[in-house]
Amino acid sequence: MTPAQTSTHADTAEVFEEHGTAGHQSFGFWLYLMSDLVLFSAIFATFVVLSKAYAGGPTGAELFDLSFVFIETMLLLLSSATCGLALLAMHAGKTSRVLQWLALTFVFGLGFIAMELHEFQLLIAEGHGPGRSAYLSAFFTLVGTHGLHVASGLVWMAVMMYQIKTTGLSVMVQARLMRLSMFWHFLDIVWVAVFTVVYLMGVL
Amino acid sequence: MKHSATTTGAAAGSLKSYLTGFILSVILTTLAFGAVMSEALSHGATVVTIFTAAVLQILVHLHYFLHLNSSSEARWNVLAMVFTVLIMALFVGGSIWIMHNLNIRMM
Repeated sequence: MTPAQTSTHADTAEVFEEHGTAGHQSFGFWLYLMSDLVLFSAIFATFVVLSKAYAGGPTGAELFDLSFVFIETMLLLLSSATCGLALLAMHAGKTSRVLQWLALTFVFGLGFIAMELHEFQLLIAEGHGPGRSAYLSAFFTLVGTHGLHVASGLVWMAVMMYQIKTTGLSVMVQARLMRLSMFWHFLDIVWVAVFTVVYLMGVL
Repeated sequence: MKHSATTTGAAAGSLKSYLTGFILSVILTTLAFGAVMSEALSHGATVVTIFTAAVLQILVHLHYFLHLNSSSEARWNVLAMVFTVLIMALFVGGSIWIMHNLNIRMM
């Protein structure tokens, strides 16, 4: 990759070994993401099967505000891009720049979660909670599971920012940041499926 | 070669790849939302448009954000994903097929 990455670790033998481990770890993490995808596919299957089970309750077209969801989507997309920029800064060895991009990613992610919670709160306040119909149970399970993943990602990101501040961009921290960025991009991919299947198809 | 181990899944991209990915994603998202919100197309055409946009956007994310490609470093990642997609297709497709069938027979 970049010479900057290797020059920060003079001991080449150590670098070789660490990189080998990091490679295995990121492949292992990739396998975890794939198993997570199987979890999501089960919830998606449930949602699609129950997508017309309104039980006399409201339909998606009556519940969703697409411009609200569009802004949510943009926030998550922006956070994906800034997460990538944080990784670029990491490879360039710029510690403070990494922290800035990560902080921005965190803010966008938090904005997404805040909007989602606001939406859930409004739905429940209007009596359209998960208990209203099988359709709404499936809706809250699917969107809530994705939201829970994003929230965990935010906790992870906060921990990483703390680690960068205390230990700097060590090999270990770099490998963890790499896996965090995989997780974050993965969540954006799942969201593409969520807004298409749940919101766009729901309104259509 | 010695960096090949770290490039699996989330290799170091370039500024250009992240920007391209972001811009393409914004265009595809706007296209999908626009198709539904403007109600310009027929029902069938809108469904085709939003699912095409979604598949394209997922490919954009995989290519520009996660840097998956056909190189030998990413081969095992791609292989694992292909297997997962197969499982997902069985899972989702099978559920929809069976439940739809059941629905029709219960009418």
